[in-house]
This record gives sequence, structure tokens and C-alpha cells, in this order.
Amino acid sequence: MTLLSIRDLAIALPVGADRIYAAQNINFDLAAGEILCIVGESGSGKSMSANAVMGLLPEGVKPVKGNITFDGREILGLSEAEMLPLRGGRISMIFQEPLSALNPLMRVGAQIAEVFEAHGALSKSERRDRALKLLEEVGIPDPQAAIRAYPFQLSGGQRQRVMIAMALALEPDILIADEPTTALDVTTQAQILKLIEDLRKSRGMAVIFITHDFGVVADIADRVIVMQKGEIVETGTADEVLLKPQHAYTRALIDAIPRLVQRVDTEADQGKPLLTVENLEKTFSTGAGSLFGKRRVVKAVQNVSFELFAGETIGIVGESGSGKSTVGRCIVRLLDPDAGRVLMDGVDISHLAGAELRDQRRKLQMIFQDPYSSLNPRARVSRILTEGLIAFGTSKDAAHAKACELLEMVGLDASAMKRFPHEFSGGQRQRIGIARALALDPSIIIADEAVSALDVSIQAQVLDLLAELKTRLNLSMLFITHDLRVAARICDRIIVMQKGKIVEAGPVSKVLHDPDSAYTRSLLDAIPGQEYERALALAEAEV
Amino acid sequence: MKNFWRRFSYNRGAVIGLFILTLVILTAILAPFVFPQSPWKMVQRPFLPPFTDNALLLGTDALGRNVISGLAHGAYVSLLVGLVSTIVALAIGVPIGALAGYFAGRTDDALMRFTEFFQTIPSFALAIVLLAIFQPSLMFVIIAISIVSWPPVARLVRGEVLSLRTREFVEAATLSGLGNTQIIMRHILPNALPPIIVLASLMVAQAILLESSLSFLGLGDPNIMSWGYMIGAARTVIRTAWWLSFLPGMAILLTVLSLNLIGEGLNDALNPRLTRKTQ
Repeated sequence: MTLLSIRDLAIALPVGADRIYAAQNINFDLAAGEILCIVGESGSGKSMSANAVMGLLPEGVKPVKGNITFDGREILGLSEAEMLPLRGGRISMIFQEPLSALNPLMRVGAQIAEVFEAHGALSKSERRDRALKLLEEVGIPDPQAAIRAYPFQLSGGQRQRVMIAMALALEPDILIADEPTTALDVTTQAQILKLIEDLRKSRGMAVIFITHDFGVVADIADRVIVMQKGEIVETGTADEVLLKPQHAYTRALIDAIPRLVQRVDTEADQGKPLLTVENLEKTFSTGAGSLFGKRRVVKAVQNVSFELFAGETIGIVGESGSGKSTVGRCIVRLLDPDAGRVLMDGVDISHLAGAELRDQRRKLQMIFQDPYSSLNPRARVSRILTEGLIAFGTSKDAAHAKACELLEMVGLDASAMKRFPHEFSGGQRQRIGIARALALDPSIIIADEAVSALDVSIQAQVLDLLAELKTRLNLSMLFITHDLRVAARICDRIIVMQKGKIVEAGPVSKVLHDPDSAYTRSLLDAIPGQEYERALALAEAEV
Repeated sequence: MKNFWRRFSYNRGAVIGLFILTLVILTAILAPFVFPQSPWKMVQRPFLPPFTDNALLLGTDALGRNVISGLAHGAYVSLLVGLVSTIVALAIGVPIGALAGYFAGRTDDALMRFTEFFQTIPSFALAIVLLAIFQPSLMFVIIAISIVSWPPVARLVRGEVLSLRTREFVEAATLSGLGNTQIIMRHILPNALPPIIVLASLMVAQAILLESSLSFLGLGDPNIMSWGYMIGAARTVIRTAWWLSFLPGMAILLTVLSLNLIGEGLNDALNPRLTRKTQ
């Protein structure tokens, strides 16, 4: 039975945007109890299409054509008053960032009860009971305590569960999930995916699941829609689309997925280590432990030691809060370690200051996560690339020439020099960030989640670029990431961190395919789309 | 720049404000040419109502001085005081805020306690005390106004810098070997500029009001005709010659209003994401 049907929908962007339609020629049906995945890269119009169903388009963005029929009734163009009972009641939605989707000043129980209140359902005490039942249903540990908690007291996964509980409150027919697991750790993601799958079964609810991750699609979807630049390029059942993609774009996306394939270990030339980290420790404390509450102490890094050899890439892998970024920051001294030594060419840089630190740090550069906040929005690329060189005494002309060379090296045109960062796409910005890191001829690059904010096809390109530059310039790299698939693609050795400690370290093939620790095992098991990967490998082998 | 104007002019109030301010600026510039005589000079009988003598369009005051000439010369004083004292206040507040925000810790504590010391004293009272100590000349009026109006600048800049210094591009600059001064001047302050510009436009309005209030109390420069002085002098005759207080009062109101409107327009234009309507 078709529950929702969209015909020829076109959504116009405001005048002056980079294209006329956010989405056009959108046609699809959603049957009861079905999970439909809409896949696409950022800017493909996948979220806009779903928001149009809810009547929640941003200001200036309007549907201009087409029909949305829900349960036999046209809902496109309904007034706000007519939409209200539908929203939350018949169709509900969960979002990517559960912390900003929940009201920080309201207790969890009150927020769930508010859904009933808004729809005038149930009495006050019934609302509380139902809220409790819902929290139980979405698998929150200790719902009695959770109902009285504020959102900030819950973990990311628990918050997303609360969001799901709110969305389920009025037993909707359709749940729209907009990248609900993107902000979560891989183990939490696996749990949330399972929860959505279970709820679909127990309630017969239809789900529109928006994601950019093909692994997630493979695990959860019945049917798949692939979108590119505002148009649907391919639709079909999950198996059809994922294993026998028809459209070139779908194939490109699938090829770009980093895989956990077995890799031949490249024996690095074990000479003297370039960088030695010994017993690194870093503790954060918040609050002075005054009148108002206890001092909170977080041991972010405990007793971390490793060696990095020339030409080697070490991946530091862990979930959020594992201290992996803190390690990187302590090494480059953006943070000061509490204890331990960081030896570079025999010099301990963990306690240097002033000019000495500055000179040593030249050999140690960093690539940052967010391509948007890592470039000064008010500086031209030429300044971004040359100012470090000039600060170290290179002449302006020489620095300029070097910057042009660097741009070429990272695959950009020298004309980029005169432009501002906002004129570039995310992937291009990350290339500029890489060029900046290379400007001072470092011997070690620390890449902190350098590809996490990028779309999967761009991610693959940037990873290839990094691998190429690494061999060409004989760099050593410390690659910090939460994504084991990305680490598998680029690293020689992997260090797995949990709660500030190293739980496992070893060559890629060992850590990823025959891990010693249970924690690594659980991380590996949680990677979405593993069955699919095997099926895909099998299908490729046949061809 | 084109976008900036489009967003600025989308706010109709801001365009009106800009129009009024342009008029005031033109008046201030042209005053010495249109009214070459000193505004202090007595030209007719006292209390001549407006529109009775074509040569003296807005009449005369209690001593027979030309009101329209006083208004025109007063515009110059108001704008000068507003602009210069704002520049001085920025020159004090921006460095203090930037240093406090960038270095944090003890520097921050010391500088912010110093700032709070000024903030705890009501600014108008402090300005009166300062002028009672100094000689009442235009320069000291400007200095007094600057001294009481820099603390909000320091606080604003500190807040902006605090959030900017943890941004990745600042960390990248640190790793590139740039010194603190370079990082503050080239990476942090340019990005903190939009809110500072908005605040500055409102501070000009504040300064004009403060100057008028001080002149009203007779603490202004006695040799300079200002709007505040005109109101102060006409205060005693408000029941018989109300226009003598009303006209300079309107001048102050319109100028301050125009600056506030411009400030709001600047805010819309410089922080497009906070603008209520984009289309």
C-alpha cells in the first residue's frame, strides 16, 4: 500500500543561489513498513526533498511544482494550521545533531510529554507514564533517571534515542531520519540503526532515511534513491542499486567507499625513529572545585608511547573522547602535555618555548578537520600559503613562487592565489589546507580527521593525494581518525585508543583482521555495510 | 561590496538613517560658508519666533542670536565629538579586549578587573567628575567621553577574540610560526571587525547624547555653540519660547536616531546569517 507518493516535485532556491532548483523531477513512492534510503553527497537536495514533505523548508525556498500525496490526501500547500496535526502526529522527523535538536533547558521527560501536550493527547500523569514507556522502548538504560535528566547529561547516542522516542510518541506512519547517525560513534551508530530497524518491524512504520554513507544504506535499506545535484539519478531495491548500479554517478560513489580490504604490509625502513612519544599524559579539569559542585577531572591521555619512523603513516583510531586528537595536539604543542617526552631528532620538544619551539615546530605541521574553519575567511590564498614562509625569513617573491608550486602539487591552479577561501568547495579548501601544511617543508604531518568532513568521493581523492604526497616528499604521517575504513586505506600501522589509553597497536593487517583486544573487535564489528562489502567483493570477483 | 550594499539597503530604516546623517554632515561642512558670522553674535531682538523674518528662518534666542546658525554650527560640534571620542574609545578598548581575550588567564583577569572598575561607576557621573577636574574645553569633553565609553568595546572584543582564538585557522597560524602580534593583527581582529563596526556606530550616537547632556549642564566648552548648550540656555524660557528647546532637541533626536538606524543596517549587512529576512 502506498502511503506517501511524490510526483514531479520541484523546489526552487532563492534567486542568486548557485542553481535554480534545490531539487526537481522528484518522483517516488513510500509503502507502509518500508525503509527508503535517500543517498547523495552534500548539496544533492536530499534533505530538502524530505523537508518538503514536512512543510519545513527554509525561508526563501519554496516548492513550485508537483504533488505530495500522503494517505490519499494532497499535503503540499496545506496551511500551517492544517500541517500541525500531521507533523509529529502522522509524520515525524529526527535530525543529525541531537544536542541542538533538544531544548537544553528542558528535562527529557518534559520534552517528550510536550509532544502529547501539543497534540492535546492524554492527561498529565498519562503523559509521564507514556514518556517513561517510550524511553524504555528506545532502550535507554535506567529510564527513571533519564526522564529527569537534561540533554547535556546524556551521551550522544542516548540523546538520539530521546529524539527517536519523541518522534515515536504519537505512533506516526512515517519517520523521516535526516542523517541521524552521522554525528555518532560507529558503535553507537550500529545500535541506533538496529533500533530503527526493530521499531520499523514492531510498529510497521515507514522510514525515509537520508544518509551519505553507503555502508549504512546497505545495512538498513529496502529501497534506495540516489540523488545528484537536485535530481534522482537512480532508484531501485537495495540489492539492485548497490550491487548492480546502472548510473555512472552511483558507480563512482560506490567505488569511492573506503574498504577494509586486506592490505599487504609495507615494511617501513626501520632506521632511527623520527618521532618518539614517551609516556605522554594530559589531564583536563573543569571547575575549580569550589562551592558549586565538584571538580571534574578527565584524563584525556594516559601513558601514551609510540615511535614514528621515516616514511611511515600511523593511524590513531578511536571513538569521540578517546583522546586521539589530544595526542596530536600535545605533540605539536597546541596543548601542553602534563608529563612525558616528545623527542624529535633527539630533541625533547614537549618543554620548549619561544624561538626554539618555533624552529622545531617547523618540521611538524598539521592538517585540520574542518575545511571551513581552518582557513581565515578574510585572507587570500596567497597570504595563507606564504605568511608562514615569510615569518621564517623567506623573501616575498620566493614565498610566492613556492606557494604556486604547492598549489600545483595539491592539484589546484595557480590562479587560486588571488581568491578567498569561500570561493572554493570543501575538497578544494582541504587541498589548500594541505598545501599550507607542506609550505614549511615539514618531515611529519599530523592529519586530525582530515577527511571526516568531506563527501565520500572527495574523501577518496584527498586520501589519494595524501598518499601520493607522502611517498613523493618522503613524509611521515600521523593520521588521526574515527573511521577504521579510512585508516585501512592509508595507514601502515594503527594505534587504537580508548578513554585516553592505547589498547592496541600494530600493523594494519593485524589490527584490522586479527585484533587482540575486544574493544578493537567491537569497533570492527560496528562498521556498517560489512556484509555488503563482502557481497560486492564477490560480485567484482565474478566480473 | 555589492552584496553589502544590497543587504544594507534592504533595511529601509538604514537608508533613511544614512540620508539624515548625510544631511547632518553636509550641514556641518557648509555651516561656516552659509553662516559665516559667529553663532554667538546678536543679530535681532530676542525671542523672535520662527518663520517671521526671512533672513532669520528659525528666529532668535533669548539673547537675539540666530537659531538656525547655532544649529548648523552645533552639528559640526556634535559630529566631531561623536567621531573623535568613538575613535579614541576604540583605540583604548580594542587593544585591551584583544589582549585579554588572546592571552586569557591572568592577563585576562587583570585587564577585565580594570575594565569593570570603570564599568561599575555610572558613566555620566564619571564624565561629570572628569570634566569638573579638567578644564571645560572641547578636547577634554572628548577625552572624558572616551574614558567612560571604552569598557563595552573591550568586553565585546574580548568575547569575539575568545571564540576566534580557538578556531583552526588561528591554530594553523601558530603552527606556521607566526608571532602573537601577527596572529592578533592579521588573523583575529579582521574577523572580529563586523560587530565592532556596529558597536562603533551606536557609540557615536551615545557620545553625541553625552556631549549634549554635559553641555546642557553647562559643563561643555563655553566657547562653542552646541545643541546641548542651546537646550540648556532655553530651559528657563520653555513655556514662553518652547521652540528654542524643541529645535535643537529635534536635531539631537534625528542625528542619534539616524546613527542607530545605520547601526542596525550595518548589523544586517555584516552579519547576513542573523538577518531576519533574506529575501
